[in-house]
Amino acid sequence: MGVHHNEIKKIGKIYGVVFKRKFKRKITLFILSGFLLTSIIFSTGIGCTFVSLNTVMAAIFNVLTLGGNSANLQYTTVVIDVRLPRAVMGALVGGALAVSGCILQSMLRNPLASPYIIGVCSAAAFGASLAILFQAEIGSIPMLGVLYVPVFAFIFSIAAMFFVYYFSRVRGKISVEGLILIGVATMLLFSALTSILQYIAYEELRSIVVWLMGGLWQVSWKHVIIAFPGILLCVTITALFSRKLNLVAIGEETALSLGVDVEKLKKYLFVLVCLLTAFAVSFTGPIGFIGLIIPHIMRIFVGNDNTVLMPASFLGGAIFLVWMDVAARMLIAPAELPVGILTSLFGAPFFIYLWHKNKGRVLG
Amino acid sequence: MKIKVKDVVFQYDSVKVLENVTFEACSGELTCILGPNGSGKTTLLKCIDNILKPKTGAILINGKVVSQLKREELARIIGVVPQNESTTYLYTVLDMVLMGREPYLGRFGDISRADLEIVEEVMKLTNIFHLVERTVNELSGGEFQRVLIARALAQDPKVLLLDEPTSHLDINHQLELMELIRRITKEKKLVTLMTTHDLNIAVRFGEKFLLLNSGKIYASGSFEDVFRPEILENVFRVKTKIQYDPSLKHYFIIPLNPVR
Repeated sequence: MGVHHNEIKKIGKIYGVVFKRKFKRKITLFILSGFLLTSIIFSTGIGCTFVSLNTVMAAIFNVLTLGGNSANLQYTTVVIDVRLPRAVMGALVGGALAVSGCILQSMLRNPLASPYIIGVCSAAAFGASLAILFQAEIGSIPMLGVLYVPVFAFIFSIAAMFFVYYFSRVRGKISVEGLILIGVATMLLFSALTSILQYIAYEELRSIVVWLMGGLWQVSWKHVIIAFPGILLCVTITALFSRKLNLVAIGEETALSLGVDVEKLKKYLFVLVCLLTAFAVSFTGPIGFIGLIIPHIMRIFVGNDNTVLMPASFLGGAIFLVWMDVAARMLIAPAELPVGILTSLFGAPFFIYLWHKNKGRVLG
Repeated sequence: MKIKVKDVVFQYDSVKVLENVTFEACSGELTCILGPNGSGKTTLLKCIDNILKPKTGAILINGKVVSQLKREELARIIGVVPQNESTTYLYTVLDMVLMGREPYLGRFGDISRADLEIVEEVMKLTNIFHLVERTVNELSGGEFQRVLIARALAQDPKVLLLDEPTSHLDINHQLELMELIRRITKEKKLVTLMTTHDLNIAVRFGEKFLLLNSGKIYASGSFEDVFRPEILENVFRVKTKIQYDPSLKHYFIIPLNPVR
């Protein structure tokens, strides 16, 4: 008995520290999840027609019970068919971009890394612009329908992924510097190509420019049905690598000597990040700021441990984009602003304030 | 436990960094790897840890060929204390030491009670237990070195590789750290290899010595085999005086002047 008691006492302190930390993390993630869920529900009530929470709940309940409740539901269309897919898509896209940024910042050991610098976003933009510009010629592909532009954007993002992967390897290994430099070069290349399209476009120019600003207004359930499993699957898989990513964030040689197969990890994570980014921007256009700054905001609250930072970034990015989309449709209602403008407009000052208040403590 | 390095040749592109390096080291023994800048000390350590792959030759630990082991298996045998680990993102001391358990966790595994016991033990051994919740930027140089040693010990290794562990420390912390390294080498029966530029630290704490000169072993063995004025002059191009202090009962190397 005495020995047993001593054993417990012996690891008491460290066990306490670990237990307390695990508990704090669970609470944080639980609160963020709850906040995300309520954000999605509340946001469907807000727009140029306000819908009360009761009506929103009744509408959602009505759909969940397959129309069993036949109360007066004149707002069902607005809530279920218009605003709910937007909110869900906003959450998915915001989450996907934030997780991508979070992974890249650790993997490339560079706090400036974001989904933009790997070239995938601007490739998607080019693909989308191409699709919009030649809609008359190739837009008649019948089965694509509302997926016409996203499919083009997605194809080009994946092409950019292979391109960047191929050229950023040095002696068969992904070089971190190579990834950053080739990624940025690819980004600029596709931006230039997109500019050419904009320059030669005439009637379609406005559509292209608006798409490039990023927005959620075209989103319907048809988009969500594809993005939802894609993004959730990728995010779940990335979570399996989060602990090992901490070691890579310290240094590749350190990670190697601690038993991490660094090359494999970088390859998997690079593909996953590209897929996440491609899924996100193909449907909504490039939405800036989230991938860069949301991970840093979450660092201030939960620290740099990717096992908690990655889920926290996902939830943070999701909540942020849901509310920015509400702002996008409210600020100049009944017209709408592209949400991509607002994310930076509101997010940047908020981040600057937070970082300044915390004296930049999180980064070393 | 024994580590054998046989005819190791390593080259970056066309520059040979290591040439036919052969030696052995045993457990419970502290071997100091010496040599001027660019003589291949760090490269040798990285070859032993299979971070750099030798062109020819082999490194065996207890008969197992290092280059044929998976990274995870190797990390259960070799612990490394790197020379300068800079961090972009700050972690706590506990996080850092817990990372030493990584080779035992697998993909889905979580830190267990047994892991925590090991982590606590090595933190106490390296005297960093009181720093558990600090972040690494709040540590002194000596404390940070001890954290890195604790992380390596948490790997429960048989071999410990240290790359110039004392280079950034004041004399007090140098001695403290070397005493710690000597103690863990004995207590845990480690094969300890460390590189250093400080000949007096090496003389005082090392048991075996390996003197590298432009990638080749110039001299190796005990104190008498390596520390002779003519050898040191040829390798370091410095005239030295080797003096015995009878009251302290050990030798001192006194550098006199460079040879032009």
